[in-house]
Amino acid sequence: MPSLLHSLASPARFQRISAHVFPWAAVLATGLIGCGLVWALVFVPPDYQQGDTVRVMYVHVPAAWMSMFCYAVMAVLSVSFLIWKHALADLAARASAPIGAAFTTVALITGSLWGKPTWGTYWEWDARLTSVLVLFFLYLGHMALSNAFDDRERGGRAAAILAVVGAINLPIIKFSVEWWNTLHQPASVLRMDGPTIHSSMLWPLLVMAAGFTAFYVVLLLIRIRSELMARRIEVLQRHRAAEGA
Amino acid sequence: MSAFTALVRRDVALATRRGGEAALTLGFFVITIALFPFGVGPDPELLGRIAAGIIWVTALLAAIVSLDRLFRQDLEDGSLDLLALSPMPLELVVLAKCLAHWLVTGLPVTLLAPVMGMMLQLDPEAYAPLIIGLALGTPALSLVGAIGASLVLGARRGGALIGLLVLPLYIPVLIFGISAVEAALAGLPVLPHILIEGAVLVVSLPLAAFAGAGALRLAMD
Amino acid sequence: MAAFLDMGGYAATVWPSYGVTAVILIGLLVFSLRQLAKRREQLDALEAERERSRNP
Repeated sequence: MPSLLHSLASPARFQRISAHVFPWAAVLATGLIGCGLVWALVFVPPDYQQGDTVRVMYVHVPAAWMSMFCYAVMAVLSVSFLIWKHALADLAARASAPIGAAFTTVALITGSLWGKPTWGTYWEWDARLTSVLVLFFLYLGHMALSNAFDDRERGGRAAAILAVVGAINLPIIKFSVEWWNTLHQPASVLRMDGPTIHSSMLWPLLVMAAGFTAFYVVLLLIRIRSELMARRIEVLQRHRAAEGA
Repeated sequence: MSAFTALVRRDVALATRRGGEAALTLGFFVITIALFPFGVGPDPELLGRIAAGIIWVTALLAAIVSLDRLFRQDLEDGSLDLLALSPMPLELVVLAKCLAHWLVTGLPVTLLAPVMGMMLQLDPEAYAPLIIGLALGTPALSLVGAIGASLVLGARRGGALIGLLVLPLYIPVLIFGISAVEAALAGLPVLPHILIEGAVLVVSLPLAAFAGAGALRLAMD
Repeated sequence: MAAFLDMGGYAATVWPSYGVTAVILIGLLVFSLRQLAKRREQLDALEAERERSRNP
């Protein structure tokens, strides 16, 4: 991982590599999500217990996976930024946060929509859904902090520390939420994982998850490029201000 | 170590002498709790049922309101730079400031909790786990809060940001504190809950020291 | 087709889920692309201005 990050660390190299990766990621994202959609909406048979509501799973579960994956990426990037001072790592972490927040929002809203027929209510303080809600708060805090400074670089550094603290705390939060949930709720509540997954349901799920991951890469590359430009703009504006004075 | 105690003494003196922060925080704690009967009605049964929750959540908020000044004042008047130049590691500086913060907020809140419990008709069984939980939990609130307070130094709207950063991280402290009370009310063993609350405190010690010191170095750059 | 749209009586659950997902994800994509375009414009303008001030 460090060597990979090293090779990506210089902006010029990043631009070159990203120019190669971007079209592939875009094609993969479109193709996989397209296949996954048709598969999930048309060919997957309705579940014998949950009926057609089970189709929500094909967007909800990959989004929930991505919400955690994005945070993990952010944490790894932040650690590598804090330890090895990779110039690009904090930009990538910043670029990753809104994408993670978007996936988390999707997971929350689809989970709540799925909850209506499953639980009879849009919101149940179920352990998983509550953990995702807390994760959403962590993303909000990260984004707010990284944009709270006049100096973008300073914001990136503070946000990197926050991301690492959050990553250390996440397992504790998850454990505590599960602890709290077993304390307050009978175990008989129908869980969102539904019945054990049959392979006819698993494959489209994996295709969707792969599609979401490719889409994440597309968004990440666009946003990193945009962050690089923002940094350059800031430098030029500072030069101009210095010359003017 | 004497530098450590000197710093704690100075901070406690500053917080109490100016008739300021310590008293303000306690006032906030008491007034906020007194709002709940107006919000949910004076029914003793309902109040007794949610009393521990009210006290805990208000303790979280009371910890937050006083965090803004934890490092900012020292950064602005330059004493933080002096502390950084002193032989005491910055990690210890953070811990000393957390201890001082706890002495003027968490400790009084813990001591006042039984009085608040009485006013809210808290079940007699719940007092011991509530107070022990607060005694272990409020230092963790000061420690985790210090991370937030150090990260927002120099930020726009820093004070408002702290809550957003820190409150989600407070959830485990709240959950294990409350679960000790709930266990006592259900007649179950309280010790496991208390032990986990203690473990959260132990984890937050190094976390606050290193993350806080790192953030302070950033702010002084 | 009507049966497909009805989703076994769960149209109100399934279609909004996919709709919300599409709106949020495509929305973020569009927002990111527009931000990129805007920054590129701003950067080009700044670079041009610097060139001009260097060789007047």
